[in-house]
Amino acid sequence: MKENKKLMKGNEAIAEAAIRGGCRCYFGYPITPQSEIPEYMSARMPEVGGTFLQAESEIAAINMVYGAGGAGARAMTSSSSPGISLKQEGISYIACAEIPCLIVNMVRSGPGLGGIQPSQCDYFQACKGGGHGDYKLLVYGPSSVQEAVDIAYEAFEKAIEYRTPVMILGDGMLGQIMEPVALPEMKDPATFARLPWATDGTKTGKERRIINSLYITPDPLEAINHKLFKKYELMAERETRCEEYRCDDAEILLTAYGTVARIAKSAVDMLREKGVKVGLIRPITLFPFPSKVYEKHAERNEVKKFISVELSMGQMVEDVRLSVNGKKPVGFYGRCGGNVMTSEDIVEAVLQGEVK
Amino acid sequence: MEEKIVVAGFGGQGVLSLGQFVAYAAMYEGMEVSWLPSYGPEMRGGTSNCSVVVSDRPIGSPIIATPDTLIAMNKPSLDKFVSKVKKGGLIIVNSSLIKDKVERDDVKVLYINANEIALEAGNAKTANIVVLGAFIKMTGILKAEDVKNTIEKIFANKPKVIPMNKVAFDLGYNFVK
Repeated sequence: MKENKKLMKGNEAIAEAAIRGGCRCYFGYPITPQSEIPEYMSARMPEVGGTFLQAESEIAAINMVYGAGGAGARAMTSSSSPGISLKQEGISYIACAEIPCLIVNMVRSGPGLGGIQPSQCDYFQACKGGGHGDYKLLVYGPSSVQEAVDIAYEAFEKAIEYRTPVMILGDGMLGQIMEPVALPEMKDPATFARLPWATDGTKTGKERRIINSLYITPDPLEAINHKLFKKYELMAERETRCEEYRCDDAEILLTAYGTVARIAKSAVDMLREKGVKVGLIRPITLFPFPSKVYEKHAERNEVKKFISVELSMGQMVEDVRLSVNGKKPVGFYGRCGGNVMTSEDIVEAVLQGEVK
Repeated sequence: MEEKIVVAGFGGQGVLSLGQFVAYAAMYEGMEVSWLPSYGPEMRGGTSNCSVVVSDRPIGSPIIATPDTLIAMNKPSLDKFVSKVKKGGLIIVNSSLIKDKVERDDVKVLYINANEIALEAGNAKTANIVVLGAFIKMTGILKAEDVKNTIEKIFANKPKVIPMNKVAFDLGYNFVK
């Protein structure tokens, strides 16, 4: 009997994992399909001496994260697609000011207010900047509740190490599904090192600490641009994560992230049973993107094609194409609008060669 | 072993919690489980369903295209999912609310008047637990004792309802000959 495991909803498990990772400030605004995160936080934060605040809007919430993060707190917000759009200005400021924080996007179908069913239509927004200006986030696309828990737990360590916002890009399915999870130990915020840049009081020595994203003269801003991108290179070197499933002898490589990767994984097993040599490349970090894994397989003679499987009209497929760099054909199979493909759909598409 | 179950009915019939009982009980027995609800504008009186996968291996897709078992608590749910059940699979029909017969001869069908049996257990709300008992007997995926222990755990905060739910479970379990 596995007593140490709890059956938890993705949204609630992520909230608990963030708290155990030291999060003591949550600012948010409810929106389906992630409202269980603020709901859970509203009950749990008072128990751990933290702050839960339902802001008047998403814009206010992200700016509260900016303020609390700037003062050295482990601060978090969460929302779903339209709400994340509203937060983009603040995220851009936070990226420029290099404030660590955690942002969760449980993506729903769009554009516009769209629907509330699962989607991956915010990949571009999450991975290519999202707001204005040259910047990136460290973006994770977990495919199970346990993986989401592990990532949320370590998110603040990564955010602080690189002084960057971290985003968990899930979807309604990840938020709503219940799975057994092993929760990690509670970290004690009293043991966290004081951050040498945070505006956390007056006893900080002679040097002034300034949290800012306004640079009127070009040279200092250009220096910041270069500094940020050096950091992103370092992240690419050290933080890129990817799972390869039955890829070694595969002739067709499916690629998918998040919950869709699980559907694709089952499709791989079903196709293998029919004797089709298929594998799955599953990026765990979406930025930095695991380009080298695709490059490696594109070099293999027996690989015939790559197929990106997504809940969108084709977004990650562009990064796959950049990585494969014309060496092999890259096709796309997707559903959108909140519809979710089954493993059987993917099997049929591969067998029929429907995928372009 | 992998068992894919779709539980469907009206919102308020306890279909989501029926699925959760299976998931919890299987998890307590060390199995891999996933429980995925339909979510959206569902409310009391609307339709609602959940997909539960129980397996001895890590679970790939939590989405079920062809269930091994369908539990249909009302007519719209039976209509929606009847054709999707795997050949040789099982359909449990709540015959208290569904007067139709299943027009398939390649599946096992159990008709159970769960609402009336629930009244016998003392509360109409236990119809889902009656069906849970029948499901466990039909499939044998879990031991009755383990599921009853799970009922105790889940209702630990409401000890008053535990005996009634155990009775409901037994009535459903023993309904299956």
